[in-house]
Amino acid sequence: MAYSDKVLDHYENPRNVGSFSKDEPNVGTGIVGAPECGDVMKLQLKISASGIIEDARFKTFGCGSAIASSSYVTELIKGKTIDEAYAIKNTQIVEELKLPPVKIHCSVLAEDAIKAAVSDWKTRKAGGPEAAKKVG
Amino acid sequence: MTRLVYMDNHATTPVDPRVLEAMLPYFTEKFGNAASRNHAFGWEAEAAVDRAREQIAKLINAKAKEIIFTSGATESDNLALKGVVEFYKEKGNHIITVATEHKAILDTCKALERKGLVTVTYLPIDECGVVNPDDVRKAITDKTILISIMQANNEIGTIQPLHEIGKIAKEKGILFHSDATQGVGKLPVDVEAMGIDLMSFSAHKIYGPKGIGGLYVRARNPRVRLAAQMDGGGHERGMRSGTLNVTGIVGLGKACELAGELLESESERILRMRERLRQKITSALDEVYLNGHPMQRLPGNLNLSFAFVEGESLLMGLKDIAVSSGSACTSATLEPSYVLRALGVGDDLAHTSIRFGLGRFNTDEEVDYVAERVIREVTRLREMSPLYEMAKEGVDLKNFNWARD
Repeated sequence: MAYSDKVLDHYENPRNVGSFSKDEPNVGTGIVGAPECGDVMKLQLKISASGIIEDARFKTFGCGSAIASSSYVTELIKGKTIDEAYAIKNTQIVEELKLPPVKIHCSVLAEDAIKAAVSDWKTRKAGGPEAAKKVG
Repeated sequence: MTRLVYMDNHATTPVDPRVLEAMLPYFTEKFGNAASRNHAFGWEAEAAVDRAREQIAKLINAKAKEIIFTSGATESDNLALKGVVEFYKEKGNHIITVATEHKAILDTCKALERKGLVTVTYLPIDECGVVNPDDVRKAITDKTILISIMQANNEIGTIQPLHEIGKIAKEKGILFHSDATQGVGKLPVDVEAMGIDLMSFSAHKIYGPKGIGGLYVRARNPRVRLAAQMDGGGHERGMRSGTLNVTGIVGLGKACELAGELLESESERILRMRERLRQKITSALDEVYLNGHPMQRLPGNLNLSFAFVEGESLLMGLKDIAVSSGSACTSATLEPSYVLRALGVGDDLAHTSIRFGLGRFNTDEEVDYVAERVIREVTRLREMSPLYEMAKEGVDLKNFNWARD
C-alpha cells in the first residue's frame, strides 16, 4: 500500500514524541486502543488553568498511519482551547493525511485520544491527584 | 547499500538465470504444442515436457507419469481435494487437515463443506506449530477419505512429521495429500518413504517462473483417481485439460533439477545465514520472540515477534527491505495471522511479527544490513511506543484496563 507524503513525513519525523510526568497537575493523559487490536495511542496535553492547550506529547504503538495521526494531532491541538480540541473530528485528520478507507480507524483513535486526555485533565482538576492515579 | 534487499522468498523467488536460459528457446523457435502428435514441432515440445517430468520426478522420488501439470499449487490443492472428494464420494466424505494449512487448502475445504459434500476435521497444533500424528490417528473415522497436511508452513516454517502421518494413512488405507509448496526443492522429499499419494508444488517458490506448478498423483499402490475439475482435451491423463504451458514446464523441470543438485549445500548456507540474522537481532534487542519450531523449520524461515512494535509500522521503516508482516492490519477486520493464533501467540504479539524469508540469492552482506536496519528501526519505534514505556515502568499490560472500541 502506498502511503501519502504527509503520512511518510510524520512517520519519519514524528512531532512531539515523548511523555510528560503524569503527576503534573496541569497534564491530561489519554490512553486509547488495545495491544491485541494492534493500536495503542497515548496522548498527553499540558493545559493552562484557563483551558488553553500549551503543549502536547504522544507515544503510539500502531501502523504508520496511526503514528502519523497522533503526531499530526499534537501539532494541530497546540494553542487550542479545550472546547476547540474536543470539537476536532477524525475527518479533519483523514483529510490532512489523506488516509485510505482501511486506515480511518487510526483517525478515530486519535480523536478518541484527544477526548480522553481532555476528560482526564478535567477529572484531575475536579477531583485532585486521587483521580489522576486511575491513568497509567 | 542503496539497492533493495529481497528477503521474502516464501512469497516468491526470482527466476534463476539458468532456468530462464532453458526456457527461452521454447518461446520462439521451439514453440510447438506438446499435444500435436503429427509433426516435429509437437514432438519437440512433447520431448521437452517429458524431460521436465523426469527432472521433477527425480527430485521427489516419483515416476514421470505421476506428475500432472497445473497453473500452480493453489490449483493443485483444489484439484487434489475436489477431485478426490468427487471421485471417492461412495467411499466416504470426511477430510482431516490442520488449522495452519495454506488458504488454498482451508478455503477449498470450506467450499466443500458449504456444498454439503464433506465434513472436515481441522486439527490443532502445538506451540511450535507441529501437528501430533496421534491426533491424526484419532481423528480417522470409517468415512475418512483424505488426509491433507502440508510439509512446511509458509508463515512460520514449521515442518510437519510427514513420514509418521504417511505411515498412519497407509495403515488405514486413506489417501494422503501434502501441500509441499514451501518444501519441495528446499527439504528432502520422497513420496515413497513419506507415503504420500498426492502432492502439490509450484515453480515460483524454487526459482522457476510463476503460473506453473504440479500435482503428484500416485499411479500404483494405490492408483489414485481424481475427478477432473477442468474439462477439455483430456490432457494429463484426463486429470487436467488445457494446452500445456511448455515454457513454464521446462522452467519448472530445470528449477527442480537445480534444486536437487544444490539442495544440500544450499540449505546449509541458507540456514547459516538465517542463524546469523537471528543471533544478530536477538543479541541486540530484548523481548524478541521466535514463532514456530526452533529446529524443525525451513532453513530460510525466520519469524520473529518484536514486542511493543507493530509489524506494519516496522515494515514501513524497512522500506528498502522486502520482508512480510504477520498481521493483516490493512484488512478492515484488523485480524492478525490465523497461523500465529493457532500457535497460541497472543494477538498483542501477533501484531508485532515479521517473516524473513532467505533464499538462494541472499548474501551475508545483506543479512548484516538487514539485521542492522531492524535493530535501528525497532529501537526507534520502541522509543515511540507507549507499551514499551509502560512495560519498562512495570505496568502489567495483560491486565491493564484498555479503552477498547
